[in-house]
Amino acid sequence: MKRDIILAGVGGQGIISIASIIGFTAFQQGLYMKQSEVHGMSQRGGNVQSNLRISDKEIASDLIPLGKADLIIAVEPLESLRYLPGLCKDGWVITSTKPYVNIANYPPIDDILKEIKSLPHHIALDAEAIAKDVGSVKAANIVILGAASPFLEMAFENIENAIRFIFRKKGEEITAINLKALHAGRDFTDQNRAN
Amino acid sequence: MQKLLLLGDEAIAQGALDAGLSGIYAYPGTPSTEITEFVQNSRQAFENEVRCSWSANEKTAMEAALGMSYAGKRVMVCMKHVGLNVAADPFMNSAITGANGGMIVVAADDPSMHSSQNEQDSRFFGKFAMIPILEPANQQEAYDMVYYGFDFSEKYKIPVLMRIPTRLAHSRSGVERNTTRRQNNIALPDNLRQYVLLPAFARKRYSHLLKEQVKYEQESGNSQFNRYTDGDDKSKGVIVCGIAHNYLLENYPDRKVPFPVLKIGQYPLPKKMIERILSECNEILILEDGYPFVEEMIKGFLSGTGKVKGRLDGTIPRDGELNPNIVAFALGIEETKGLDIPTLMVNRPPSLCSGCPHIDSFNAINEVMVPFTKGRVFSDIGCYTLGALQPFETINSCVDMGASITMAKGAADAGLVPSIAVIGDSTFSHSGMTGLLDAVNDKSPVTVFILDNQTTAMTGGQDSPGNGKIEDICRGVGVEEAHIHVIRPLKRYHKENVKIINEELAYQGVSVIIPRRECVVNINKRTQEKIKKANNTDS
Repeated sequence: MKRDIILAGVGGQGIISIASIIGFTAFQQGLYMKQSEVHGMSQRGGNVQSNLRISDKEIASDLIPLGKADLIIAVEPLESLRYLPGLCKDGWVITSTKPYVNIANYPPIDDILKEIKSLPHHIALDAEAIAKDVGSVKAANIVILGAASPFLEMAFENIENAIRFIFRKKGEEITAINLKALHAGRDFTDQNRAN
Repeated sequence: MQKLLLLGDEAIAQGALDAGLSGIYAYPGTPSTEITEFVQNSRQAFENEVRCSWSANEKTAMEAALGMSYAGKRVMVCMKHVGLNVAADPFMNSAITGANGGMIVVAADDPSMHSSQNEQDSRFFGKFAMIPILEPANQQEAYDMVYYGFDFSEKYKIPVLMRIPTRLAHSRSGVERNTTRRQNNIALPDNLRQYVLLPAFARKRYSHLLKEQVKYEQESGNSQFNRYTDGDDKSKGVIVCGIAHNYLLENYPDRKVPFPVLKIGQYPLPKKMIERILSECNEILILEDGYPFVEEMIKGFLSGTGKVKGRLDGTIPRDGELNPNIVAFALGIEETKGLDIPTLMVNRPPSLCSGCPHIDSFNAINEVMVPFTKGRVFSDIGCYTLGALQPFETINSCVDMGASITMAKGAADAGLVPSIAVIGDSTFSHSGMTGLLDAVNDKSPVTVFILDNQTTAMTGGQDSPGNGKIEDICRGVGVEEAHIHVIRPLKRYHKENVKIINEELAYQGVSVIIPRRECVVNINKRTQEKIKKANNTDS
């Protein structure tokens, strides 16, 4: 078993939280993992990415070679396209469709969505709207995690447990919202996955 | 033993704690910050009273570490690569004094400049000082090398340099722990002149250091971190340093490289192993993150033969960090690129947070500078360096910690009046204070903005060493009371602030303006922590 994942978004959108939850789940299952993170200046509203590698065999590189990632998980549509050279031929792109516009020359969102829809394997959802429905827009990243969960080759209840553990200090209410967000994301993929 | 999921930085910290660390000294700097933060948040460190608060800068940190080592305790001092420039004086001389209690200097390099102004390779500093260098390939080695490094440091009474790149510092993986060792008791050096570098004593110490070199090299030859793996195909031999080893193995799914491989994790280079690979292989490929440090040493007089391949002959790009694809290309392995990036893609550079106090400061500075020609605002290292980009384009320099005040002074001395300096509160206490004293002594006509957001913001909100003391420091170095102003960087005070700045620009001496408002990220963080605490007390 191996899953090489590129997580993409804008600084502050919570991709490290997604990585932590998947990483924690993998670690609990006794799998090997390497997760490279972004710290420092780019966290201030710049594009950020994290390479997350999970395997039942020892992992060599902290970075995923180009064309070898199984998944791109993005919390922002433009960012879902930035790391395409990293994705393997049968790889999936799971992304939010809600743009984060903090630059003057942000491309037209319709053009971006057209690019995403032209990809052979993609799941695209408005994570913010779904997160709002379940209780908080802040859980948008967890909606995306839920949408990506069927591709992770991990037991769903293990991911749920990881969320319970990681959010334990934020209180029961926030934990419950994030669990709902996870389920909502997963339901979207189950209903919309074409193949 | 228990397995932990740790960043490279955290593995170094945990290794130090388990090896009996008594103190850690550091100034925050990406990618080294998380080493000290891990110790600050560690229960183990708290229970064992490990000294761990931030220092004013890397030089004071290095000197304090030298003092703790003098007293016989194990100590670590951490910084980013350019921080070692600031600490270079005590660092170079620590090789002459030697250590007493184990001392490890960690320098975190940033090849590709993810968060830095250059990509200098700290191994040159290790060689310059003639001390042993450790360069881990992964998180487990980072942990093990710290443990080993303290023993080495005490065995030979010499500080040891550990060099890591960003990729390792900020990548997380499983780490197995060793047994925990008790801290050392206080024990002064046998010779109380060891640290007195008067020329007559220093010559003896230096000649001792020179004699020890052969022992360091022997240790490298026997080290578990330098490994020769033979291969059947002798058409090529690969010398691979630190993290580059991972990228090499990544290109062979069964992890079996057909060529002889010499993995380097400890310097000085193991001479016999190097001689073996050079004599047995037709061609040598050298893989190292950072500068062609090993390559230059090995190439030497062989440069005309074309036998040695690496960054110097273009087999590997001369700059930037390595990755599995660059290594694959150098090995002649086929490229594996996915789809192209769509043509609509645009860059998304970092920017100041919404509500950031620097925004109001830059708006005010831009307004007062309208009557003057452009290019008069010297700045420094911090979030406010983003003021160089759109929409502000306020600042014209960012060189090294503290250079804003001194560069503005030099430009003013040259006749560029007004000249303005823009520096953060933490950078000011790191290296700005002495420059301000120079400006006061020369009565240079400069206006200095100390943007006081009451934290070290860019590295994640660490305590700012000069917090609450900024005005006192300015008064103390001789800035006149009438020319020190604290203003509120908020839209509603904009007019008032512009008026104050204009008055000070007209003053032909040193003025200090302190826009003070807490970093918005810091405020959010404190609120989050309050929530966490409240939930903890409930349960």
